[in-house]
Amino acid sequence: MTASTIIVGLDGGEAGARALDFAMTQARLIGDCELKLVYVIEWSPFSFQTSEENDQRHKRREEELALARERIVDPAVKKAGDKGVTVQGIVKHGDVADILDDLAKKHGAQQIVVGRVGLRGLKERMFGGVTGRLAVASRVPLTIIP
Amino acid sequence: MKNFLTTGVGAAAASALPMVASAQEAVGMDQRINDIFAGSTGWFVNLIFMSLPGTNFPWIVLWLVVAASVFTLYFGFIQIKAFWHAISLVKGDYSDPDDSGEVSHFQALTTALSGTVGLGNIAGVAVAVGIGGPGATFWMILAGLLGMASKFTECTLGVKYRNEYADGTVSGGPMYYMTKGFKERGLPLGGFLAIVFSIFTIGGALGGGNMFQANQAHAQLAGIIGDYPGWITGIVFAAVVFSVIVGGIKSIANVTEKIVPLMGVIYVGAALIILIVEYDKIGWAFGQIFEGAFSGLGVAGGLVGALIQGFKRAAFSNEAGVGSAAIAHSAVRTKEPVTEGVVSLLEPFIDTVVICTMTALVITISGVLVMDPETGRFILNEAGTAIQTVDGSSGVQLTSAAFATGFSWFPYVLALAVILFAFSTMISWSYYGLKAWTYLFGEGKTKEIVFKVIFCLFIVVGAAANLGAVIDFSDAMIFAMAVVNITALYFLMPIVKREMKSYFARLKSGEIKKFVD
Repeated sequence: MTASTIIVGLDGGEAGARALDFAMTQARLIGDCELKLVYVIEWSPFSFQTSEENDQRHKRREEELALARERIVDPAVKKAGDKGVTVQGIVKHGDVADILDDLAKKHGAQQIVVGRVGLRGLKERMFGGVTGRLAVASRVPLTIIP
Repeated sequence: MKNFLTTGVGAAAASALPMVASAQEAVGMDQRINDIFAGSTGWFVNLIFMSLPGTNFPWIVLWLVVAASVFTLYFGFIQIKAFWHAISLVKGDYSDPDDSGEVSHFQALTTALSGTVGLGNIAGVAVAVGIGGPGATFWMILAGLLGMASKFTECTLGVKYRNEYADGTVSGGPMYYMTKGFKERGLPLGGFLAIVFSIFTIGGALGGGNMFQANQAHAQLAGIIGDYPGWITGIVFAAVVFSVIVGGIKSIANVTEKIVPLMGVIYVGAALIILIVEYDKIGWAFGQIFEGAFSGLGVAGGLVGALIQGFKRAAFSNEAGVGSAAIAHSAVRTKEPVTEGVVSLLEPFIDTVVICTMTALVITISGVLVMDPETGRFILNEAGTAIQTVDGSSGVQLTSAAFATGFSWFPYVLALAVILFAFSTMISWSYYGLKAWTYLFGEGKTKEIVFKVIFCLFIVVGAAANLGAVIDFSDAMIFAMAVVNITALYFLMPIVKREMKSYFARLKSGEIKKFVD
């Protein structure tokens, strides 16, 4: 059991990589610190589906989880592990902001680190973006990496 | 079964092929399709709607109502007891966060609803009120409330006895509880019932789930664009459905699945606005509904006519006891089959008690049904088969005319809604039919495509045939499913009761907890 935990949001892209780099530096500075690298597959239990999608859902979910692990989380875990950081990878379905916040609360994390995604213009204004929503709702300190 | 299929497919093929060849014979072609169709299905329709000896009361209506009442009493008014728990389940209060990404209760419910909410609520209700008068609404609501218990029974069993395959896909439905459930109780003939049920399900998929939809979508289009041959609509629809179910073009289905709920909201919203504007007539309309329910008020067939129409349309609209919902609900992720049964009882409530009632109220209030100003009774049309309407319309056009009294532009919205509802219902039923088909013939790409092609051909037949012949066949097939399904439910209901008692006991003791704080 490590003394301190940092939740890192991955997105499979450049923003997530920046967040990971920053968190790794932090972890080395703190010393006794575990990183939890989280990738969230966007999913709402209140979306509308066809019957065919429903009966394939369990299979698809397994496939999505496996793919996310293989492509995104495992390489990130390996990268951090190679640098000597204690690290765990987590893949979940749901709303990114909700899941990151819930996991932070559940694991008693000291902070959440996410990269800022370049949402611009109308889209940003309408949906606020994940970082925006986290900044408003997060129950633990949040670091946004530009 | 062979017979049914070959005549059905033969009729479809015989009429579909030459049709493409010469467009000039269009009207004659519609007539030919209709004749072949009515001729090959009439005997079955007569059997299902046979009256009880010495009355004009069809035995099938009694069958459904007795079953729904038996389930209501046997499960101690589960539809009232578990109503709030159902809403709590749909909200996801009891869903394990570790299961996120699996099919939720909400998704299972809305998928099943998209198969039932549709033309039954718009056209079916207009047919019921047009023939049976406003009084039919009362019996429709009663049938909807009782039907909630039937739905609970079949959906609990559907989840309990579904097949989960090694690759993670699931198949469920009455076929599976008939075979597995009967075996568990040591009863014979489960396999036989499953086969008969599957045959009727294929019929229901081609009838109510396909031809009736195509037919009414065409009627709606023809009402707006002007009259043109039905097979044209049929071919267009068939092509789109084909591209989704055979071509696997998910985007079309996805778009529909998103617009359909919106259409539902717009429909109910428009109905509510009309009711609010005419609020002073609501009391009068309910008066008509209650009075009509018990006195007949000069409608076709009198009191019994109102009752039969109400029950028939409710069953056709919410499909309680039919078994189709058990197929749709079985994909949910839950450790407790009872939870899905509880969620499913919201379906007849939303479909019949809320949406159908709104349609009926709007039709009643709008004054599209012609009344004798002196006696306050409805005037029958010349043939004496239905109440005379302002413009002589029936079915979906009657609903359209009723809504147009409030919003003159509404027929356009309704046309779009009808087409989208028809489309989403077809997609749902193509799945139910396919499940029955693969149960009979086994899974496999070629076998599945054969069914899907037959399904698309029937869209053309449905769009070209007359409403009367199509509605009779659709009703007959869907009720035939209910005959087999309810028989099985009677034998399996002790299992549901055991599950229900155990679940609610654990819920009460706190063993089953909410996951949200």
